[in-house]
Amino acid sequence: MRELWQFTKLIRSKNAGPFELTFDIMFKSREGFNDVLKSEALTPKAIARLYRVDVKQVKFFVVEQLLTIKISIPRRVFSGDVGDTDIYGGQFHSPLVRLPVKD
Amino acid sequence: MPKTKIRAVAATGNLSTGFREESLVRAVEQGASFVGCDAGTTDSGPYYLGSGKPRGPREGVKRNLRLVLREALKAGIPVIVGSAGHAGGRPHLEWTLEIVRELAREHDWHFKLAAIDSEIDKDVLADAFNRGEITPLSPAPPLDDRAIRHAERFVAMMGIEPIQQALTAGAQVVIGGRCSDLAIYAALPVLREIPKSVAFHAGKILECGAASAAQRLYPDCMVAELDQDGFTVEPPNPAIRCTPQSVAAHALYENADPYRLVESGGDLDTTDAKYEAVGESAVRVTGSRFTPSNKYTVRIEGATLVGYRSIVIAGIRDPLVLRQLDTFLSTLRLVIERKVSDSMKLPADAYSLNFRVYGRNGTLGDLEQVSEAGHEVGLIIDVVAATQSVAADIIPIASHTGLHHPIPEHEGLISNLAYPFSPGGIDAGPVYSFCINHVWELTEPCKPFATKMEVL
Repeated sequence: MRELWQFTKLIRSKNAGPFELTFDIMFKSREGFNDVLKSEALTPKAIARLYRVDVKQVKFFVVEQLLTIKISIPRRVFSGDVGDTDIYGGQFHSPLVRLPVKD
Repeated sequence: MPKTKIRAVAATGNLSTGFREESLVRAVEQGASFVGCDAGTTDSGPYYLGSGKPRGPREGVKRNLRLVLREALKAGIPVIVGSAGHAGGRPHLEWTLEIVRELAREHDWHFKLAAIDSEIDKDVLADAFNRGEITPLSPAPPLDDRAIRHAERFVAMMGIEPIQQALTAGAQVVIGGRCSDLAIYAALPVLREIPKSVAFHAGKILECGAASAAQRLYPDCMVAELDQDGFTVEPPNPAIRCTPQSVAAHALYENADPYRLVESGGDLDTTDAKYEAVGESAVRVTGSRFTPSNKYTVRIEGATLVGYRSIVIAGIRDPLVLRQLDTFLSTLRLVIERKVSDSMKLPADAYSLNFRVYGRNGTLGDLEQVSEAGHEVGLIIDVVAATQSVAADIIPIASHTGLHHPIPEHEGLISNLAYPFSPGGIDAGPVYSFCINHVWELTEPCKPFATKMEVL
């Protein structure tokens, strides 16, 4: 069992406007990219569970050319609302960093 | 077929952050058609739009504008600034114009200045809403006539047309209110018959300045040369390189969809875009498509005042408190609510009391899955109330109650919270929320954007 960060060169999150979050997960190699996709560690369903959103609201893109998985979800708390914890959305990727990836 | 080539210079990703003077000088000397710069974003939250305050530093913005204007005036080319003053409202635009006028006076510069106002008066927006011209994106806060009238300020995000109108009217310096980042860079090329597919895609790559480089060492300039078939992007600073990977990856940044960018007037589709290295540091980009939309819409941004915030910061280190922190905080909340009710006659639903516990779930809130706690936590007691004085008055009640809130293991009066500052309370000012995520269908792309020309 390895963790997602061991396959990637970048895992980041950021606001895509105040109402959405977007995640870019960029891989070091095609092999690792394929391994993670095959493991099903990262799927719309897994993201929906981690971020407590409806699976139908998860936009999930596999960008072959860039060895990148891009995911966008609605913000449950809009940027800057009274209960927001991360105005820029820059740390929402953190639960993905040590995500277990089955061999 | 026109053989025009346009060289677009992006001064930097945000006018307040800066760039190397020598990079800009070099970029313009190599032959530039215009210099653009984005000055705003919604990234830093609703405060700037709501309060009407620009985000400085003023001296930094002035330095950057001075260099951009100096080089552009020397070369006789236009300057296009979008999303002035960070939020692009009327006070933000006026703040930026004042800096431009000040620079013109100080340096004896003379040019035609266009100011494009993108603030939308509430009555105008409410009328548009009531005519059914405003439709929600997803997700969107609920919107009605009352919510519009209750808000502080709205701006519409202009597309390329108001900028083109100002340039056609002879403006050399165009300062725009809220503006699509891409439109800053696409407006002039499209006016000179560069295809929209090329112009908008180049705009996306340029809008963050040197951010599309393989390693952005510091904020800096970026240049793109646009023609009928594509564009070539190259940093003017020899210490910075673009690679096909870095340029393609930048197209993903801050977009919900990696291939499709929705702009006023149509969609940019980069699915089949090709990125090829040219020499050491340039990248040639071709193959994107632009599909015009049936309706012309502009995005609306707005902010509403929700209250005033006061906070106090404390540390908790006692292991006995930490091992029962949830109970400690939930019982503390009840005591604070009771005291506020007794002394200020305020029910608990008249204000918000939020314990932000750093070291536990301060960053992720209820999404946190890690449960092991460290040897200490940082606590922010965060109060938002109807007025600043009410919020400020709740803080000493909360902080004093927290200080002596008991746990069963210690008998007698204890002090559980370590406050680093005196006074403990900090007034954080007005709190706004983004109150709209909607688009406005326009019959004429320039209509809501009033442009004023001024000869300096």
